[in-house]
Amino acid sequence: MSEIASKMTQPIRRVAFSKPHYRRRKIVNFGMLSLTGILTILALIPLFWIVGYVVYKGAQYINLAFFTQMPRPLGIAGGGILNAIEGTIILTVLASIIAIPPGLLAAFYVAYKPNTPLGTAVRFGTDVLSGVPSIIIGIFGYALIVKPQGHYSALAGGVALAILMLPIIIRSTEEMVKLVPHTLREGSLALGSPEWKAAASVTFPAALNGIITGILLGIARASGETAPLLFTALGNESYDVGKIIRSSIANHLGIFATFKNIISQPVDSMPLTLYKYSQQPYPERVSQAWAVALILMAFVLTLNIASRLWVQMRTARMQGK
Amino acid sequence: MNKTSSLLANRRSAPTWILRLRRLLNYGDRPWNFLTIAMSTLVIILVVGVGLLMWFDSQDSRLAIGWKFLTPTLNASWNPITSKYVAWPFIYGTIVTSLVAIIIALPVGLGIAIFLAELSPDWLRNPLGWLIELLAAIPSVVYGLWGIFVFLPVVVYPVGVFLGNTLGQIPGIGIFFKGPIPASGSSRLAAGLILSIMIVPTIAALTRDVLRAIPNSQREASLSLGATRWEMIWQVLIPYGLSGILGAVILALGRALGETMAVTMVIGNSIEGTPSLLRPGYTMSSVIANQFAEAVDRLHTSALVEIGLVLFVMTLLLNLAARFLVRQVARKTPQEARA
Repeated sequence: MSEIASKMTQPIRRVAFSKPHYRRRKIVNFGMLSLTGILTILALIPLFWIVGYVVYKGAQYINLAFFTQMPRPLGIAGGGILNAIEGTIILTVLASIIAIPPGLLAAFYVAYKPNTPLGTAVRFGTDVLSGVPSIIIGIFGYALIVKPQGHYSALAGGVALAILMLPIIIRSTEEMVKLVPHTLREGSLALGSPEWKAAASVTFPAALNGIITGILLGIARASGETAPLLFTALGNESYDVGKIIRSSIANHLGIFATFKNIISQPVDSMPLTLYKYSQQPYPERVSQAWAVALILMAFVLTLNIASRLWVQMRTARMQGK
Repeated sequence: MNKTSSLLANRRSAPTWILRLRRLLNYGDRPWNFLTIAMSTLVIILVVGVGLLMWFDSQDSRLAIGWKFLTPTLNASWNPITSKYVAWPFIYGTIVTSLVAIIIALPVGLGIAIFLAELSPDWLRNPLGWLIELLAAIPSVVYGLWGIFVFLPVVVYPVGVFLGNTLGQIPGIGIFFKGPIPASGSSRLAAGLILSIMIVPTIAALTRDVLRAIPNSQREASLSLGATRWEMIWQVLIPYGLSGILGAVILALGRALGETMAVTMVIGNSIEGTPSLLRPGYTMSSVIANQFAEAVDRLHTSALVEIGLVLFVMTLLLNLAARFLVRQVARKTPQEARA
């Protein structure tokens, strides 16, 4: 109390006001605010430059044969990348099969029990896993599958891509599950359904759209990756699923053995092909690389845009209700 | 009444094995708990497994080379024939390219975030945010291809020549800009510039979210005291969200450290004893990408895995730091929002 009183009796300190710099402050304000706009435009230049140039160069080469034919030896014009397209599909499907079930289950656990020690650990693990460089995932896939088996294979590539997809799936599913109103799940539990049934038949369908979006984003990411495939899937210019299936039928192999044949060979994927072709000094290969870039980019960007549009439309409709 | 009884009758008439299955499924919670816990544990096993596997696979190199592996000397040899491996040139390349990327991407990303969170009209906000995030969706090989044939000759080479002629002449820092830049443009500078384009979306998106989470009372208070909008942003919002922004930068840095394909395609992949940005170099990830599949020698493979291990530990530490910082923001915001 006395402190305040003594303060009040003290003479008011004179503050040396500097000359107001109204004009300077206004100019700085205007300059910096415009700068942020300019920087935004600057960052968009590479986007349009890359997309535009890839479309321009790729469209010159692309035709139907490019999708349906196998690569031809160097020096012979034409040929396609059927092997890489098939390989990309096989790798992506494999990765999805491997990554989606554990991803969903782990996400349900984390969403319902976020504060248990395991829940915290899983969220931390997901963070770490999504930060691990993809090339290291490649080394992991090599050490885990290629080395024990003694050969490169689609399986190893699929596992590597699955590890890349896993954190994306877990994180997006967790968020979507958390968004589903608790009342839904509680209602289901109150009616006597077991936990798993409430999760599988109430929460899961309610969150399905968001979950699918997350999975699509994961697939988009995985299908554009090269680094983890360099020493797992390796690449294979003569990979042809049709041929494998025909020869399996000719040898009277069952479905399981055929599937095993399909995934136990090295395969090419579009990003791998693009990388290899871009390193070659032949103009033909380079223009093929641009065409691959166009297909790959169209695929990845379409997946991205479509899934985002979908989410936005859904949320708009839900808010409208 | 009739309906219920007929339903009950139907139910009673179902084959016994279906009834038994139904009853069994009602006790499905134990397997369900087991499955979710097992799959959650799988994530942790994966993370630990990556580390452990690389630890064991790099054993040869760790035992044979020891700490000399990490000696900071640029005149190091990496020679499978003489079995001499020192990783410093790659570590240096990774750090330098990532730093260049951050130095360029930070102001740009910050500017975008400010524009998106504070200035942009509502109708423009979402489309712009999308476009910026699409930049992150383009596969890195496509960046690399565009880099080799467009970006390097059109942008990097002239910039490199200019830097060599100006900054390269200054004694002291001149050694970092000593030319001549190769005619193809392949250089550490090229890798840094490509990386900066690739990490801008990370910084921009995360910083935008940080800025948006800041309570409006902060803005109103500073504007009511007579601050201009820029002063409000720079003196109030940025300091308020600083640790979050720092977290964003660290996450972006982690991305830059681990980025492989685009860097491998533009950096030139050669070991020279010079620290210059304008000369070709190597990064940790690009040396693994280039040599791992062809390495026949045990020690060579193991040395490459050890580089991977070092990279893994670096990104792990960065992730920990980023997580810590971001969590601090989350802890700080609700309390002060209430006040």
